[in-house]
Amino acid sequence: MVFLKKAALVGLILATAACTNPDRFGGAGGAGTGAGANGGGSAVAPIAPTGANDPRSPQYFSQTVGDRVLFVVDSSTLTPAGQQTLSGQANWLKTNADYQAIIEGHADEQGTREYNLALGNRRANAVREYLVSQGVPSSRLRVISYGKERPIEVCSSAECYAQNRRAVTVIAAGGLS
Amino acid sequence: MKRLLTILLAAALTGPLAAPVVAQDGPLRLTITDGVIEPLPFAVPTFEAENPEAAQVAADISRLVAGDLTGTGLFREIPASAFIAQEASFSQPVSYPDWRAINTQALIKGSVAVSGQNLTVKFRLYDVFSGAELGGGLQFAGTVPGWRRMAHKVADAAYSRITGEGGYFDSRVVFVSEAGPKDNRAKRLAIMDFDGANLQFLTDSSAIVLAPRFSPTGDRVLYTSYESGFPRINVLDVANVGRRQLTTAEGEMAFSPRFSRDGTQVIYSLSNGGNTDLYRTDLASGAHTRLTSAPSIETAPSFSPDGSQIVFESDRSGSPQLYIMSASGGEAQRISFGEGRYGTPVWSPRGDQIAFTKQNAGRFHIGVMRTDGSEERLLTASPLDEGPTWSPNGRVIMFFRETLGAGGTSALYSVDASGRNLQAVPIQGGASDPTWGPLQP
Repeated sequence: MVFLKKAALVGLILATAACTNPDRFGGAGGAGTGAGANGGGSAVAPIAPTGANDPRSPQYFSQTVGDRVLFVVDSSTLTPAGQQTLSGQANWLKTNADYQAIIEGHADEQGTREYNLALGNRRANAVREYLVSQGVPSSRLRVISYGKERPIEVCSSAECYAQNRRAVTVIAAGGLS
Repeated sequence: MKRLLTILLAAALTGPLAAPVVAQDGPLRLTITDGVIEPLPFAVPTFEAENPEAAQVAADISRLVAGDLTGTGLFREIPASAFIAQEASFSQPVSYPDWRAINTQALIKGSVAVSGQNLTVKFRLYDVFSGAELGGGLQFAGTVPGWRRMAHKVADAAYSRITGEGGYFDSRVVFVSEAGPKDNRAKRLAIMDFDGANLQFLTDSSAIVLAPRFSPTGDRVLYTSYESGFPRINVLDVANVGRRQLTTAEGEMAFSPRFSRDGTQVIYSLSNGGNTDLYRTDLASGAHTRLTSAPSIETAPSFSPDGSQIVFESDRSGSPQLYIMSASGGEAQRISFGEGRYGTPVWSPRGDQIAFTKQNAGRFHIGVMRTDGSEERLLTASPLDEGPTWSPNGRVIMFFRETLGAGGTSALYSVDASGRNLQAVPIQGGASDPTWGPLQP
């Protein structure tokens, strides 16, 4: 599911060229299917050049490098595991210099809406600063917070909340502005 | 002194607020102070229809006037089946003994005329035990489709004359209408009457919209929108639904906007480099002023009614708590010291209390405290209550309650500032982030 959303996002951004819209929930699924390499009329199904096995693909980034880090309650401090994931992200971004990234900060539903927006921003920025410290140019990174608006897990248990307290690095092709 | 019925409401309402307002028009007086004794019995005989076209709307208005008053929990309607006098004519003298016999304390009479789309409503309020009219007759002119507003105006006038306080029935609420699953929820701004009627959408659901706030006069609404892809502050004109976005620099995130009391300025949160502080922008000139400068999160500001102070939420002490500072910034005083985390402070229109959201021991509460943080009282408890907003007269608080789990949905509720009279606001679909506007002119 995550895979599909990322694929759709890349498709959308390709389709809309310079227009940056990180709100991948606004009908991106439909746009993604009509854009990109798979949009041609060839009778032979092409082998996707950017599959998850291609280390240069955004799918590889999200699945193998790892696109997200998790946080403890109310915290924006990176865990050792999170730092390890981000080091991998930094290496990937330095290798694949054509890609930009939008770092999405999220919070769980414990907390008020506006506070969680600020908390998500703090988390996204912690990721941004770490990536910059590892040599990724800050001009290739943007941050956005969704607060508690976009949980990835919808149950209301400690395990789900832990998955929702996250910062997700979303790979985007082309310029950010 | 049977007729001076004291309704005891909030334990914290002392000082100028709890002081009974001196009755100007007679002894019928319901004083809202500490603790409820008994709702005041009233009767609304069906308003007289001055012409046949007015019959239906006259009946509808009568029912809504009674419903508004009963809904406060402060009044109890005497059913028509108990009436001795029929009071069919608006101009006919009131048969006080017949109303006293069934222990009616307040009698509301009215008449309605319809001419094309024009609607005229006349109303009189009687203090039955004094045998006198309370205040003079009033006449409201409106339209047939707008009949609910005429009823709310009659109910506001009756409420106001009996309690000595402003009403709140002829007011509107802007909120976020919600649809769809929790991990892909569609949100759009909507406006409705305070009782859930006349719902209209103000935006579509193509982008996330959050936390609207009415201007003091109710002409505009501030809210946060992801329309640009990033959180930005929008100003929406309620009458024509035109909107514009406040300028925010690239890489910054602006949210949590509130109008100043004169409606010319906006205070809000701006996030830059992971830090969130409070700023003020003049709507005409666009000039920005930074109000806080701390490495912590500062958000959810609310002006005092006189505009001189701001209460806001900050985690500068390590967890979210409430602070008050001058409207021009500077040193802030922490006012919340109870257990748990405090957020979304909203200054009451009376100036004496702060409503807030509190989280403690895995529960959310809507609560109120005095502006110095004393006399904290929690009014509600649930797995997720949030976002209080005050009625125009400062007696009722609306908020939203979200149920947990995969199928969780949000709904609006209202509760008296005393903690009594918790009610769901009837709305189709999910709803959150209410902002209660002023009484309409």
